[in-house]
Amino acid sequence: MINLTIIDRDGGSRSVEIPEGINLSLMEVLKASEYDILATCGGMALCATCHVQVIEGPEEYFTATDTELDVLDTLPYAPPASRLACQIRITEDMDGMVFKLVGEE
Amino acid sequence: MEHITTDICIIGAGPVGLFAVFEAGLLKMRCHLIDVLPQVGGQLSEIYPHKPIYDIPGYPDVTAQQLVDNLMLQIAPFHPTFSLGERVENLQRNEDGSYNIITNDGTVVHCQVVVIAGGLGCFEPRKPEIDRLTDFEGKGVAYMVKNPEHFRDKKVVLAGGGDSALDWAVFLSNVAERVTLVHRGDTFRGAPDSAEKVFDLAREGKIDLILKSNVVALTGDDRLREITLLDRDQQVSHIEADHLIPLFGLSPKLGPIADWGLNIDRSAIAVNTVDYSTNIERIYAIGDINTYLGKLKLILCGFHESALMAQSAFKYVFPEQKLSFKYTTVYGVSAF
Ligand SMILES: Cc1cc2nc3c(=O)[nH]c(=O)nc-3n(C[C@H](O)[C@H](O)[C@H](O)COP(=O)(O)OP(=O)(O)OC[C@H]3O[C@@H](n4cnc5c(N)ncnc54)[C@H](O)[C@@H]3O)c2cc1C
Ligand code: FES
Repeated sequence: MINLTIIDRDGGSRSVEIPEGINLSLMEVLKASEYDILATCGGMALCATCHVQVIEGPEEYFTATDTELDVLDTLPYAPPASRLACQIRITEDMDGMVFKLVGEE
Repeated sequence: MEHITTDICIIGAGPVGLFAVFEAGLLKMRCHLIDVLPQVGGQLSEIYPHKPIYDIPGYPDVTAQQLVDNLMLQIAPFHPTFSLGERVENLQRNEDGSYNIITNDGTVVHCQVVVIAGGLGCFEPRKPEIDRLTDFEGKGVAYMVKNPEHFRDKKVVLAGGGDSALDWAVFLSNVAERVTLVHRGDTFRGAPDSAEKVFDLAREGKIDLILKSNVVALTGDDRLREITLLDRDQQVSHIEADHLIPLFGLSPKLGPIADWGLNIDRSAIAVNTVDYSTNIERIYAIGDINTYLGKLKLILCGFHESALMAQSAFKYVFPEQKLSFKYTTVYGVSAF
């Protein structure tokens, strides 16, 4: 199992358990776990409504890819370690990571 | 204040609202469309104009914008009318069963039938956290450029780093007295072309480019006069401005439609799949905005819903006439 901690917009946190080997993005997992996450564009890195911030985890997760930066750069504010949840594939090395929801409800 | 009289008022000019004009037109019903966006096309034009779509029957491959352009050609014979850049706010029911639809600009559309084709909801601008931003809305602050002439010989500040901020900075540099573009980063990731143009214009002194900074506060009296900026080193500066246009993209919100007494299930309007009518007589909901058992949010499904809606709406527009179903190929598309 991969355990993630998700801090909601109101500051409350909840953990999410994900079976290993599933081929999903973090956005899809958050949606399936009934988090309020719009994901208007369905994961095509176009809408930024799946915006999250990495709080804890391996170093490489703190940097957004170019595709993500294209979209994040259009937002009024993007905190450091901003990512698009739809562009993060769930893998085993994510066990124990902490994310915060930033995108609008 | 504009007064419009029509048979069907369609809220939302996305692909489904547009195709509803065709289906209504075949039955001789006139349509007026309202959309909060300055252009037609809904999600297709706003979010993914250049992406190909593969599941429109008869088109192995068509870009989203091409599909919208073709829909506009297809409905042209029925002369639909439009109020673009206006948000539908209110609904009033008249004694004879007809409705008045009222927009935020005060436009009133009198109609026999209301069709909500509002998709994911009203595309609303993302508003940055700027002190007194909303105080100056309509008094210098605008979130879209409806008519560039409005900015002629004015001091305009644009905020944002995406394609629309870049494109409008280039365009308005020929119209406004002074254009300032404020961006929180130091690179632009919009189309490389536009970014280059902006840097060139800045070098030529035709645009003021202020990077690594955010607009944080606005001041003025009866209208906007000055903008306060904060840069990454926490230095504060001020610039004179007649207009601020924050361009940070749009996000859909269900908006005022949620308060009309319609049955709403998770931000979507529950409908009867016989004709896509809602719980309120003469109000229909088609496309992404509706929900029913088995609903698929696809353009194709919205088109089908438009056809059934039009057959059902006919009885309210022409109560004296009986509708008998005929293939369009029998008569062709007879315009009015
Ligand atoms: C990235 C992406 C790719 C997609 N690819 C496909 C695909 O390949 N095939 C497919 O079938 N579907 C696809 N879709 C889904 C498709 O875009 C939608 O099903 C379709 O746009 C729904 O059309 P619509 O007319 O119901 O709503 P929309 O396109 O959402 O249009 C609704 C319009 O109503 C307006 N509106 C809402 N409320 C108000 C109000 N109160 N006042 C004024 N205006 C209002 C909005 O501003 C908007 O312009 C895709 C969607 C996305 C985001
Ligand atoms: S779902 Fe739209 S950017 Fe991630």
